[in-house]
Amino acid sequence: MSRVAALLRTPWFWALVGIVVLLVINTIKDPGYLAIGVNPNTGMMTGNVLDILRVSAPIILISIGMTFVIATEGIDLSVGSMMAVGGAAAMQTLSTLAEPNSVPAMLQAIGLAVLIAAVLGALNGILISVVGLQPFITTLVMMMAARGIARVITGGQNTNARNEPFRLLANGQIFGIPTGFVIAVVIVALVAVLMRRTALGLMIEAIGINPQASRLAGIRPRPILIAVYVLAAVLASLAGVLNVAEVMTVNPSSTGNLLEMDAILAVVIGGTSLAGGKFSIIGSTLGALLIATLNKTVVFLGVPSAATPAFKAVVIIALVLLQSERIRSLVLGRKKPQSTAPVAPAAATQDSKEVVA
Amino acid sequence: MTTAHTLAGGAPAAPELPQAQEARATGFARFWQRGQGFLPTLIAFVLLLGMLIYAEIAYGRVFHAGTMSDLLAGAAPMLILAVGMTIVIISAGIDLSVGAVVAFSSVAGVMIMNLGVGGWLGVLLMVAFGALFGLASGVMVQHFNVQPFIATLAMMFLARGLASMLTTDVVRAPEGSPFEWLATKWKIYDGPKVNDFTVTPGLLIAVVVVIAAMYFMHRTRMGRTVYGIGESESSAQLMGLPVARTRVWIYIISGASAGLAAVVYTASVQGSARNVTGLGWELDAIAAVVIGGTLLTGGAGYVLGSVIGVLVLQTLRLIITKDGTIDPQYLTIITGAVLLAFVLLQRVLVRKRSQT
Repeated sequence: MSRVAALLRTPWFWALVGIVVLLVINTIKDPGYLAIGVNPNTGMMTGNVLDILRVSAPIILISIGMTFVIATEGIDLSVGSMMAVGGAAAMQTLSTLAEPNSVPAMLQAIGLAVLIAAVLGALNGILISVVGLQPFITTLVMMMAARGIARVITGGQNTNARNEPFRLLANGQIFGIPTGFVIAVVIVALVAVLMRRTALGLMIEAIGINPQASRLAGIRPRPILIAVYVLAAVLASLAGVLNVAEVMTVNPSSTGNLLEMDAILAVVIGGTSLAGGKFSIIGSTLGALLIATLNKTVVFLGVPSAATPAFKAVVIIALVLLQSERIRSLVLGRKKPQSTAPVAPAAATQDSKEVVA
Repeated sequence: MTTAHTLAGGAPAAPELPQAQEARATGFARFWQRGQGFLPTLIAFVLLLGMLIYAEIAYGRVFHAGTMSDLLAGAAPMLILAVGMTIVIISAGIDLSVGAVVAFSSVAGVMIMNLGVGGWLGVLLMVAFGALFGLASGVMVQHFNVQPFIATLAMMFLARGLASMLTTDVVRAPEGSPFEWLATKWKIYDGPKVNDFTVTPGLLIAVVVVIAAMYFMHRTRMGRTVYGIGESESSAQLMGLPVARTRVWIYIISGASAGLAAVVYTASVQGSARNVTGLGWELDAIAAVVIGGTLLTGGAGYVLGSVIGVLVLQTLRLIITKDGTIDPQYLTIITGAVLLAFVLLQRVLVRKRSQT
């Protein structure tokens, strides 16, 4: 089994191909698409690619949270609403503080957003692991409830506030790279170290493969499940903070609306199966980047943004079909049973490579 | 309890009076077995009655012919959606595309009628559009091994995007379209003043769909195969059941019922259609199915339960509008809380029964 074939079988490879294809399409439309310049007025780097990185940050954060939930064979439909809660809590805090334009105020706002989200996430986790409700229906309830909570926090209005450091979270740059993206990458790296350098990642996968067996093997599923849902909620609230920091306004009805579907897509594109038991952090990150690129591409090509979902659908269908065994055996010209046996070790080495990375 | 009873009743009875004992035991055991499966649905029904009685006591004028006919007529599109969703969920799948398919079907149908296609042909095409989306999901799920969640999510995006490409404005059906007939109110019972019990053809369609689905699920081979697939796909395969064909049909049925729901809904809003219709309806339908006692893991559930689930959601809406003092910000919180209460109660009661 050659290295190329192994790469073709890596699910996130196709996400990477998707990103490149979209960028090529954009470059054909406008040869200067990839150019990066400096805005003389602000001294900041500008460019379409940097813009994609900037808008990808919230999607990356919620996708990473979703990855671990899905790895435990769960699903979290509430992350979009949780973004609204995080954004609403942060904005409301800033607008009521006496001295809103300072770093402590920013930290206070973010701290409160994370705290509220953590409580709601823990509620999700308790209902699922202790009470034994199905994740789909539990988080569906939370999706409705959290949207309402966000509205209650702001009193049903769009709250805006002024705080320069907070605004720079989404609009600033560190060595030319958008701050939000840097924050997202740092968080992803921290989470990756936590998951892959400790046994936590393995335990999550074990629960996803077989909850009973993992319990018999000495893993206590309850604290891990609760932690996974708390992590998803906290990352979603941070995504909400980045989202509202961009325009310094929160609209509790539309912030994060339907983004849970984007997160699930990013995770699936990255090769994490909805059946649980396996996750790929790199894959989800690339999946999120693909979705951000797609969103920007559709706008760039001049298609009305209401029609964006159709293009998303085309990309998803293409990717899932490319990942399916039937198409693969057609393309590679091999029969299914022959290809699975020799590939298994290759896939295993691929996994261990990811662990190192 | 089930196992304890059969052990106590069946095992010692065998040596002495096998005939009489066994008949009694199986009779009761069978009843109990059925009761186990039916219990969540029964609980939902009792809770629905409780909600209606509460609304009657608190606000009055609920058990009135007029209120009831509005309640039922308003529930008609969701009833049709929930029936399709029940079949998908019993097969251990899920269909997230129905809300978007309703939007596409209604927009496309109305535009086709405006192009001069005969009214009833247009209605038929609306159902066919839904079935086509279902066919695409079914083929992806069955033949390309895509998870139902992802396949139908893709269809959701596709249908919503196509509907938005067709138009982002409100489109209206031409004069004399079948929608007008479908929304006529037939007086069944002429009460005093406006208190009439009326039925629309749209509601009758919903009732026919419910009855047809019950017949399909309980009396046809394919319907029983759906339960088989939901319980254990590999067992169904090994038994020689036509899993592949059935699975594709399940999604076609779900898509077609979304198309039909689009017809009924468009009629109920005087033949106008928008690309943002049906946002989140798939989640409402899933919630109704779950309230009705169908397990999301598949293999168990009843169409009638989902009917009760839809009525519960509709009654909740009725209570909220009747109350009128509830802050709109709290609406989704209350809906979520009621849904949670239902699921929790079912969980507690069913677990208690199976333990004792």
